[in-house]
Amino acid sequence: MSDVKLITKKIRTDALIIGGGTAGCYAAIRLGEASVGKILLVEKAGIERSGCLAAGVNALNAYISKGHVPMDYVEYARADGEGIVREDLLLSMSERLNKVTEDLENRGLVILKDENGEYVTRGWRNVKINGENIKPLLAEGVYAQPDVTVLNHVNITDLVTQRVHGKTIVRGAVGFSVKEPVIYEIEAEAVLIATGGAAGLYRPNNPGFSRHKMWYSPFNTGAGFAMGFAAGAEMTTFENRFVALRCKDTIAPTGTIAQGVGAKQINAGGEIYEKEYGITTPQRIYGTVEENRKGKGPCYLKTEGISKEQEQDLFKAYLNMAPSQTLKWIESGKTPSRQSVEIEGTEPYVVGGHTASGFWVDTGRMTTIPGLFAAGDVAGGSPQKYVTGALAEGEIAAESMASYLDKKEKGDEPEVEFSQESAYAHHFEVKDNNITWRGVEEAMQKIMDEYAGGIHTDYRYNESRLVLAREKIKDLQGLVDDLAAEDMFDLLHIYEVRERLLVCRILIEHLLARKETRWHIFGENADYPQQSDEYKKYVNSRLENGEIRIIFRQLVKGESYEHPDK
Amino acid sequence: MSIRINKEKCVGCGRCIDACPGNLLELAEGKADIRIPEDCWGCTSCMKYCSQSALEYYLGADLGGRGAVMTIEKEKDIYNWKIHMPGGETKVISVNRKNANQY
Repeated sequence: MSDVKLITKKIRTDALIIGGGTAGCYAAIRLGEASVGKILLVEKAGIERSGCLAAGVNALNAYISKGHVPMDYVEYARADGEGIVREDLLLSMSERLNKVTEDLENRGLVILKDENGEYVTRGWRNVKINGENIKPLLAEGVYAQPDVTVLNHVNITDLVTQRVHGKTIVRGAVGFSVKEPVIYEIEAEAVLIATGGAAGLYRPNNPGFSRHKMWYSPFNTGAGFAMGFAAGAEMTTFENRFVALRCKDTIAPTGTIAQGVGAKQINAGGEIYEKEYGITTPQRIYGTVEENRKGKGPCYLKTEGISKEQEQDLFKAYLNMAPSQTLKWIESGKTPSRQSVEIEGTEPYVVGGHTASGFWVDTGRMTTIPGLFAAGDVAGGSPQKYVTGALAEGEIAAESMASYLDKKEKGDEPEVEFSQESAYAHHFEVKDNNITWRGVEEAMQKIMDEYAGGIHTDYRYNESRLVLAREKIKDLQGLVDDLAAEDMFDLLHIYEVRERLLVCRILIEHLLARKETRWHIFGENADYPQQSDEYKKYVNSRLENGEIRIIFRQLVKGESYEHPDK
Repeated sequence: MSIRINKEKCVGCGRCIDACPGNLLELAEGKADIRIPEDCWGCTSCMKYCSQSALEYYLGADLGGRGAVMTIEKEKDIYNWKIHMPGGETKVISVNRKNANQY
């Protein structure tokens, strides 16, 4: 029991943006410029440093350099995704990559240029930057928009939908402050979800004190997936999980070393094994897992012998994006020129900026619920977005929302009813029964690790294990309603574990449905270890009558896709 | 890995509290405090908003930490990252925010 007394604040807005990360901030800027009326951006933390780019980012990984065209990027992403991608989404994104890059530079991002004033590229798709301050630059852009109001430190938990003229449309959202006992009931004409992907589903590499030293933001819980799915929106390709290849322990990026100083992946015997397996992201991890399984590990990026200048540049590059790596090198004295850097795969994530998981959207980034849009890591079908792709999607979604708001006949809907208050209050009223949000989270991560293809099983799963995972996660879901909260910070964590459990449920059904191994590591199905032509299609899902229903959809080709039941 | 607050340096301005992407920081008795050190992502956002260099970044023993702490001292466009070794030695790496990464 706690003495927290909740009060409710009501807000009316034209456009609501949930999540002020990369995509959400950019959409807010573009909607602000479009004069669509009132825009409210709600962010769980503070937009200056929230989301994936809190620490910074080393490079812009999606850019079309001279001699290439947007379709080249589509083909690259299609090959990397083994065909399970949306051409319309990839193309519309790719066409804007360079424009948003230039816009970032105009906002103050430092981009390396050569003597002719051209961006210096790393490969044909990457530009070199100082990406430490992208988030503050985007936040500055948001705050400069007079029509945009920012509500920081407010966590949205549920969407509110309504049947209007025979269709279920979005009408708003509800959430609470993570600092004060205040509930926010928000009525909106259109809603953009930009809450990012889901981390923390599986037991992480460092399960103890450094449990949050993970690749993806541990504060991205899959909230958008969960609230969208619960509201009836269709999801796609969750089974295309993402696993990153990282520096061991610090979980710092490896691409900077591999591409920056040309370091190769070697096993303990010094053999360059990357040649055997290939160099796409899943192949790099697959090779590392296989070498370890064969007893040839540990595996390394061969940095021993690099020059002192190269080493100094690495120290600085890591301070701009993953400071723990530089600290580890200096503190241990085992700097990269003296000792090669050990590497490992992370636990799996569901993240639409890297793989194709997320909301099933039309070309304008509207979900299957009219008025509800999705952009960035929460939107599916369009992998390899990275930072610039997320910006491009935020911009596309903003344009579609502006057009939707323009066409929408406002004011003829019935009054919006909000019903979350008692559910929130219940967590302050129940008696503490020794089951905590942390305990449930730990149990979930253990189940996913052991039964749904985590690090524990070298990312492999089979039907027998997945069926057990389903049963055990369902069992944990039953505990959430009666978790006790002392304050709003506890309530936040209870809702985060609730979201993650639902994302796990969706993921398990997707893994069961794709009876093949389409992608090594990301979807390593031990019952069906090969690709099958029968599965050259999307695995989608919806919540229907409280059950997760799987829908198979044929591959979308061409430049445009509309929802069939629009 | 996490951060700790040097309470002698902290002036309780609260800027780090707004910056933390995990809502982990709060004011306790007029000073910043981290609610759950294990839940820190290690992004160093809070350190960049501290005018007093009161926030100290460290690696847990599970990541190889052996007692060193890292602080940031800002000087116009330069971030001076200072690594204070347990033996008393301090190593400084200066990063100019106007320079792009070489890699």
